[in-house]
Amino acid sequence: MTEVATGVHESIDRESAVRSYVRLYATLARTSMMQGFQYRVGNYFYMIGMVAEPVVYLVVWSTIARQQGGDVGGYTPGTFAAYYIVWTLVRNMNIVFTPFGWEQRIREGELSGHLARPLHPIHYDLGSFAGWKVVVIVLWLPIAGILSLIFRPELSPTIAQIAVFGIAIWGAYLIRSLFLWMLGMVTIWTTRVSAIFEAYFAAELLLSGRLLPVSLMPEWAQTLAGYLPFESTFGFPITALVGPITSRELVIGLVRQFVWIAIGIAGVQLMWRRAIKAYTAVNG
Amino acid sequence: MSPPQREFDTRTDRHLLGGLRIAWLHLRIGVMNELQYRANFVIQLIQSLVAISTGLVVLALIFDRTDQLGGWTRPELLVVMGVFTLVGGLIGFVVEPNMGRVMGDIERGTFDYVLTKPVDSQLLSSLREFRIWRLTDAVVGLAVMIWGLAELKADFDAGEVAGFVITLAAGMLLIYCLWLVLTAGAFWVVRMDMVQELFTGLYRAGQYPVTVYPVWLRLMLTYLVPLGFAITVPSESLTGRLTLTRLVITVAFMVVAFTATRWFWRLGTRRYSGASA
Repeated sequence: MTEVATGVHESIDRESAVRSYVRLYATLARTSMMQGFQYRVGNYFYMIGMVAEPVVYLVVWSTIARQQGGDVGGYTPGTFAAYYIVWTLVRNMNIVFTPFGWEQRIREGELSGHLARPLHPIHYDLGSFAGWKVVVIVLWLPIAGILSLIFRPELSPTIAQIAVFGIAIWGAYLIRSLFLWMLGMVTIWTTRVSAIFEAYFAAELLLSGRLLPVSLMPEWAQTLAGYLPFESTFGFPITALVGPITSRELVIGLVRQFVWIAIGIAGVQLMWRRAIKAYTAVNG
Repeated sequence: MSPPQREFDTRTDRHLLGGLRIAWLHLRIGVMNELQYRANFVIQLIQSLVAISTGLVVLALIFDRTDQLGGWTRPELLVVMGVFTLVGGLIGFVVEPNMGRVMGDIERGTFDYVLTKPVDSQLLSSLREFRIWRLTDAVVGLAVMIWGLAELKADFDAGEVAGFVITLAAGMLLIYCLWLVLTAGAFWVVRMDMVQELFTGLYRAGQYPVTVYPVWLRLMLTYLVPLGFAITVPSESLTGRLTLTRLVITVAFMVVAFTATRWFWRLGTRRYSGASA
């Protein structure tokens, strides 16, 4: 009798917990969405600055493809265009709370405020950045249209590819959020972090598919990339939509994303527990 | 309130000297301030080295597949990357910190303190913050540039070096003008904190000669965002590509842009209403 009662109780608790998480995320997302739409000029500045990066890569690599008689490692100017235009959406999706922001969080005491809340602070970042994504995607559409008119991408994804892409961009968002959160937490132990951050971003740039498709990198770099989370946040989602990719590779890519998410969650929790202790110790 | 600076504005010559003296003082204070944090130098150096190594890896990847990019060879692109890093360091040293402070001042309303001083407001707000450690980028860039030139075994005459110095100075001023116009936009829009992101993003395009880009983009990267003038043209001078016509165009464009920027700045300061007034 008592067992049954506690069982019912637990399931009610769990249900209301899930509901309150959903409500929290919805509220955070809505708030950041409204803020984002208010500052449209700023957001467009941000987008134009962001789009400059892949356009540079695209121009350089399609120039090389043309000079080489039409293609580089199977990529033609048309498929490069598809790769780097899809890149812009994937990049928007995986912009998350920057590790550089942690210094301010600590200095201005924002972190102390977070500690007083009942939920793990990462939920607040995940929720509000997810809302901002909606703003960014809406603002991105015309930019993608213009880029497509100029650079003529060649893109013919299957339904399966589109479906996997839809999941993979959110997987990328989660993985990058978790890993950059861990990186940012280093700030709690030492404030001289910017060099570490820069080195991390340099490694990510080269080994993620952000700079160029990983398949165009030297063999050893591709092997190395296989052991790191970077490719799951750039190269995989892009290639999932642009191809060439087999069904098997699509499944493997998703599984790898899930593994990295699991590692990320475990890592964040482990580091966070230690970080709070170090943080309170500083405060006395 | 009729601002007292109007009286000074008519006597610009004496005024300019005074302003420069104040800028020199700000520079000295800035240097002394930053010298207290010597570890920052090491960190900045590591950052510069990470950035330049990434750039070199990218060049290696490119020249693994081809032996020239839009008519530029590997050592020539090394020169471009050197100039790119050098200019980036100079911007980080003086342009970025000053413009960032102006934007912050306008947002908070503390820009009053600039306007009430009897010095030219543009001069003062352009030369009061200096980040000396960012000069490591300039030094690293210079080193890469010299490395590229050594590989080219180029023998250049005094004219080419002079051309480099003149176009580099003109290009820096043009970049400053762009920053100032964007910053002065804060007099109307107030929140301009994304300008930094915008500029950093666009600046990447300067890593390659603008001649690599399609015509529409080349024109934008020359006349709108003057990376062509600030990076490509000085590099052209060092690699024997600069014509006298282009040198004249660069300097003339700088004069026009500078005059227009100054006018725009005055327009903006007149619009500024302050926090207390």
